[in-house]
Amino acid sequence: MRVLLFAALRDAAGPTVEVNLPAGATVRALRAELARVLPSALLARSAIAVNHEYADDSCEVRAGDEVAVIPPVSGG
Amino acid sequence: MVRLTRDAIDFAALTNEARHPHCGAVALFLGTVRDLTGEHVTVFLEYDAYAPMAEKKLAEIEAAVRQRWPVREVLMVHRLGRLAVGDVSVAVVVSCPHRAEAFDALRYAVDALKELVPIWKKENGPDGTGEWVHQSAKPGAT
Repeated sequence: MRVLLFAALRDAAGPTVEVNLPAGATVRALRAELARVLPSALLARSAIAVNHEYADDSCEVRAGDEVAVIPPVSGG
Repeated sequence: MVRLTRDAIDFAALTNEARHPHCGAVALFLGTVRDLTGEHVTVFLEYDAYAPMAEKKLAEIEAAVRQRWPVREVLMVHRLGRLAVGDVSVAVVVSCPHRAEAFDALRYAVDALKELVPIWKKENGPDGTGEWVHQSAKPGAT
């Protein structure tokens, strides 16, 4: 699964990262995979978005979902 | 109306657009690029967004404002790309029959934008280095 990155995470690891997740995996499992390739302190402070909506750790991620890591925002 | 743009924000036109015969109050907020954050000097900012989600979140904020206050117009425009000190990064305008609700609705819209919308700024200093600002709480955590 391809995961979109932004801001400092994009500078650290590029615009996307590929992670391997089994069918039925949750956002919690996704976070564990992402922790292997992303700066863990910033990842821990980041939200996960699934199909443009903030998703909690129990949310299931399905093939074809658009998944992104949203670090603390600073718009305005 | 919500919009992301790479062009300068015409906040005078936007403010005019919100005027309406039923509204005795039009409230405008402008976010502008500041040159100093503590002792940290900023020469220019770069804004980036997760555009489809940012537009969705802005639209949700507009809907929430409309549900809660008797607003006629809610206009939210955020600029992306490179901005110089003094440039307008965001403009939010609301129009209401009375000023108290206009102020409250505007405050809510700006606060929600800063908390929920996936937009980031990178502060670039005089020494040529830049740093993304990630100081807020985890977004969307309620």
